[in-house]
Amino acid sequence: MRTSHVSQRFDLRVIGLIIVAAAVLVGLMLWSVTLGSVQLSLREVYEASLGRGDDRTLLVVQSLRWPRTLTAVTLGIALACSGTLFQGIARNPLVSPDIIGINAGATMVAVTWLVLFSTTDGLPIATFVGALLSAALIYGLSWRGGVSPNRLILVGIGVSAMTAAVTAYMMVVFPIERTRPAIVWTMGSIYGSNWHDVRLATIFILVVLPVAVMLMHPLRSMLLGDLVTRSLGVPLERTRLTIILLGCALASIAVAIAGPIGFIALMVPHMARMIAGPASGSVLIFTGLLGGIVLLLSDVLSQHFLPVTLPVGVVTSAVGAPYFLYLLYRSNRQA
Amino acid sequence: MSSVIAPLPENAEAPVAPARWTRSALLLIGLGIMVGVMIVASLLSLRFGSLEISSQQARDAVFSYDDAVYEQVIVRELRVPRTLIALAVGGSLGIAGTVMQGVTRNPLAGPSILGVSAGASFGVTLAIYVLGVSTPSQFVWFAFPGAALAAIVVFGVASSGRGGATPVRLALAGVVVSALLASWTSALLLLSEETMDLVRFWSVGSVAGRPLDVLWGVLPLMLPAAIACLFLGQQLNVLSMGEESARGLGMNTTRVRLVASALVVVLTGSAVSVAGPIGFVGLATPHIARSLVGSDYRWVLPYSFLLGSILLVLADTAGRVAARPSEIQVGVVMAFIGAPFLIALARRRSVAN
Repeated sequence: MRTSHVSQRFDLRVIGLIIVAAAVLVGLMLWSVTLGSVQLSLREVYEASLGRGDDRTLLVVQSLRWPRTLTAVTLGIALACSGTLFQGIARNPLVSPDIIGINAGATMVAVTWLVLFSTTDGLPIATFVGALLSAALIYGLSWRGGVSPNRLILVGIGVSAMTAAVTAYMMVVFPIERTRPAIVWTMGSIYGSNWHDVRLATIFILVVLPVAVMLMHPLRSMLLGDLVTRSLGVPLERTRLTIILLGCALASIAVAIAGPIGFIALMVPHMARMIAGPASGSVLIFTGLLGGIVLLLSDVLSQHFLPVTLPVGVVTSAVGAPYFLYLLYRSNRQA
Repeated sequence: MSSVIAPLPENAEAPVAPARWTRSALLLIGLGIMVGVMIVASLLSLRFGSLEISSQQARDAVFSYDDAVYEQVIVRELRVPRTLIALAVGGSLGIAGTVMQGVTRNPLAGPSILGVSAGASFGVTLAIYVLGVSTPSQFVWFAFPGAALAAIVVFGVASSGRGGATPVRLALAGVVVSALLASWTSALLLLSEETMDLVRFWSVGSVAGRPLDVLWGVLPLMLPAAIACLFLGQQLNVLSMGEESARGLGMNTTRVRLVASALVVVLTGSAVSVAGPIGFVGLATPHIARSLVGSDYRWVLPYSFLLGSILLVLADTAGRVAARPSEIQVGVVMAFIGAPFLIALARRRSVAN
């Protein structure tokens, strides 16, 4: 009785947090659409979003600002959820798609593409394929009648190191005119995103997130160890494979659209845990919303409030890190 | 894991003791073999490189040096320094990685986890951008302060409050500070193309073109720290049993962790200052050492020092031979030698335990 009472109260708190986060996110989105070289009022944004207003405003709002805002939000959600899934499966708080090797593989493909062909045509597709291939390679190399999380991490580090070395080599052997776009790409940017990106990311999230939310319960029992998980009747390997696939899908779509945006996948799950408690289905949703907030806030900052325009990936850590350090400091105080 | 308590050693001592002695003797012999391998690797590094040099010339360069012979000058002025630097850097990173993994009890914790590499990179980038420095021997004096400052911030954040610097907090603070510094570095790179041009060569990780003075500059820090680390074996063994057990045995875990981490910062900071961020050595070497000698840190520590040295020297030599007449930076080669090894190890048995 007592347990159920506690968990219910806990859930209510998280649901409250979700509502707050969603409200903050929606507010931020509307605000971000009003910002820009042409400052718009909320009313104008509302009208233009419904297709009313002059051509110029319609163009700015419908084809430039909304896609960018929504890309930031969807990718933030995708990255944060992906990080939660990987940290849960690996039972290690330092794991993220960056460490598992997906980003490194995708980056290698993208940088090679940019350095050799000097064009961004076809780049997202190549990157996506690169991400999937490295995920498949890592999973295949870790398979020995099952995938142990530690083996997955070590293999991931290995694959990551090799692909990162190829990337570094590409950066050094070619002249700076060719490598500059590649170096900038590796910082992660959502400049020039379009409705196509938004649709793609949304589809991924809509497919992945519900399944992930349902799997958070078995994932929590996995934290107790393989033996306990099996005795609870959870099909271990199948659940693990599903969660890895889901995490990979989210990480791959994000890196394909924006390049490797750091920090969010690694840190937002920790921030969510410090605010809302240990991972569960509802906390996963909160984590996603928090990821959306951090990425959108970073993008707004990088576009409108800095003396120079920086790729959003550079700003993300600058925005997220101080807050994270504050959370860390506060959790120390309480401990 | 700790719930099963082993029988008291008194009962077991008689049958176990001989086996333990044999094991120690074997490990000691193994250590001797490793030193031998290290010497052979160093000789290979003097003998082979981008330029074809005969064994005779290489020998003369060491024992009867004649600075009128071009080949001998190459060996003496280029290969000897880079070999010594690779030995020192590889060993430092190897042992620092082992200590870091022991302190944080996390197989993912490389020595760079305390923000050291990111701090060094930021220091170098800032120096290039603001002061216009341009050679590796100048970079050292900016990399080291950057590394040290980053580590101090990480410690400050992680150990604030009553909880003290637990492994997870330390690691998280390190990752966050690294991320922050990396973003500042990126911003500087975007502001200036010349900086980007120079930094990309530094950040790939290389021991080429550094005069020996660079090594002599950091050795007074590096050597004592490495020796001190060798004596941490017993402490790390106790720490590996878990926080509570270690405290129960009367260990001041906070102090041990602080001292160990400070040593790691000194070692990694000086290594990175000399060679740039060579990430993989510190991460992989401990795993390889553990797979050779088991989990006793008193043995893992010296082995990881030697393994790190050997790996880096061999990687550097391979990079020179593979891409004649040019060369591939050791940071790149290191990943290609070390990664398959790490993957094979990970597949063979549960290394991470």
